[in-house]
Amino acid sequence: MKVHVQFTLNGEPAEFLAEPRQTLLECLRDNLNLTGTKEGCGDGNCGSCSVLLDGQLVTSCLVLGVETQGQRVDTVEGIAKGSTLHPIQKAFIDHAALQCGICTPGFLMATKALLDHEPNPTEPQIRLWLANNLCRCTGYDKIVRAVQAAAAEMRA
Amino acid sequence: MRSFDYAAPVSLAEALALLAAHPTARVLAGGTDLLVQLKSGRRETPLVVDLKKIPELKAITFDAAEGLTIGATVPCCQLTAHADLRRVYPSLAEVAGLIGGTAVQGRASLGGNLCNAAPSADSVPLMIALSAQARVAGPQGLRTVAVEDFCVAPGKSILGPGEFLVSIFFPLPAPGFHAHYLRFIPRNEMDIAVVGVGVSTTVQDGKIAAARIALASVAPTPLFVKAAGDSLVGQAPTSEAIAGAATLAQAAAKPISDMRAPADYRRHLCDVLTRRALTATLGAQ
Ligand SMILES: Cc1cc2nc3c(=O)[nH]c(=O)nc-3n(C[C@H](O)[C@H](O)[C@H](O)COP(=O)(O)OP(=O)(O)OC[C@H]3O[C@@H](n4cnc5c(N)ncnc54)[C@H](O)[C@@H]3O)c2cc1C
Ligand code: FES
Ligand code: FES
Repeated sequence: MKVHVQFTLNGEPAEFLAEPRQTLLECLRDNLNLTGTKEGCGDGNCGSCSVLLDGQLVTSCLVLGVETQGQRVDTVEGIAKGSTLHPIQKAFIDHAALQCGICTPGFLMATKALLDHEPNPTEPQIRLWLANNLCRCTGYDKIVRAVQAAAAEMRA
Repeated sequence: MRSFDYAAPVSLAEALALLAAHPTARVLAGGTDLLVQLKSGRRETPLVVDLKKIPELKAITFDAAEGLTIGATVPCCQLTAHADLRRVYPSLAEVAGLIGGTAVQGRASLGGNLCNAAPSADSVPLMIALSAQARVAGPQGLRTVAVEDFCVAPGKSILGPGEFLVSIFFPLPAPGFHAHYLRFIPRNEMDIAVVGVGVSTTVQDGKIAAARIALASVAPTPLFVKAAGDSLVGQAPTSEAIAGAATLAQAAAKPISDMRAPADYRRHLCDVLTRRALTATLGAQ
């Protein structure tokens, strides 16, 4: 039986019908047509499906859609302000921190969670925090540089 | 995933009634083990009972006279952020920061780590070293089980039909108490322990008054090696005493060979990691 889920999505009230077996990732992509959040592994290892649930970074492939009843979900679609990119998005472009881009929404959300929590992280802190996110094309160095640049920009 | 129904009870009584009515239901905490198992078809269930709405299961309570009670579904990210927990049980905050990565810690609970009953569960040897007690609710009421007695086989615990874990209780550490968990993994993070060792020691008047040692990934369940800890009692904290305890821990290990490591290497790690963990707690005096 489908369940009617009402929650806050990127700051706006939203609702969807979900089968309990559907993950939040499936609900976002298939039921709500928000395809920014990507599926890599489907089992919690790659981080490409990362979103914020009540402000906390989670892998949406390991959350049931029905679990988000009454909660707040933030996805990559919500971080730009209209056509103005978020400083993290801009830093990823400026530092060529993406190639195919499949991992990028997850890295952006993980970086946002990091900088919300620690505005001035050290490089080891950045690398440890992003250990739940894998990238097969770019390598991690450019990503770390982009995060450092975004942090500096956001502190300024 | 195969279809299932979903229920989110808001009280212990409601959860007990649901589980009594649906013996094949599966309870859900953070889902970082359960959803992976349901997706792969390794487990199936007609009903998922989400325990995260029950007050007793989502609270952390610290009582300066008694100790710390952690609700069974509290995610690791709340443990690493809890001021009293970090101050009084720093080793527990450290192990919560070791399970998976940031996003996994946003969901994964110590209760799930224990109830999943994997021999490699990182928090379990440390919980044993901390003399933790599992508080269980069931049709017959509440009961308390020492964490070292909780797991009985890979994926199996002492929980009977209709029972679930409510919370884990950690007694107050005595003066001179230190605990530490060490694991060996090929990567720096996000990997399953090849071997893990949790130890605790209490030093009073220059002598070891109590010690507990437990191992991960060297037996079908997390392994409490009582004799290894007991061998230290009454001794001064010397490297000879430490080496003796490590030899006993190594002798108790019954590791298998698998893709992560051969059994011999695991036995070697038991000795090395036990010595290092004890050196850390005894050096911390
Ligand atoms: C990418 C990734 C990395 C990981 N890394 C680590 C790691 O480094 N170290 C480690 O030890 N583990 C690791 N794990 C495994 C997992 O995250 C942990 O075991 C975690 O603690 C499980 O907690 P949970 O709340 O998600 O449990 P769930 O998945 O919700 O539950 C686990 C099992 O316990 C049962 N259960 C849960 N709560 C209760 C309860 N209150 N009463 C009775 N039964 C209950 C469930 O039915 C299920 O069978 C990792 C997992 C992933 C996906
Ligand atoms: S798709 Fe969720 S972590 Fe890989
Ligand atoms: S840019 Fe392709 S996986 Fe990271």
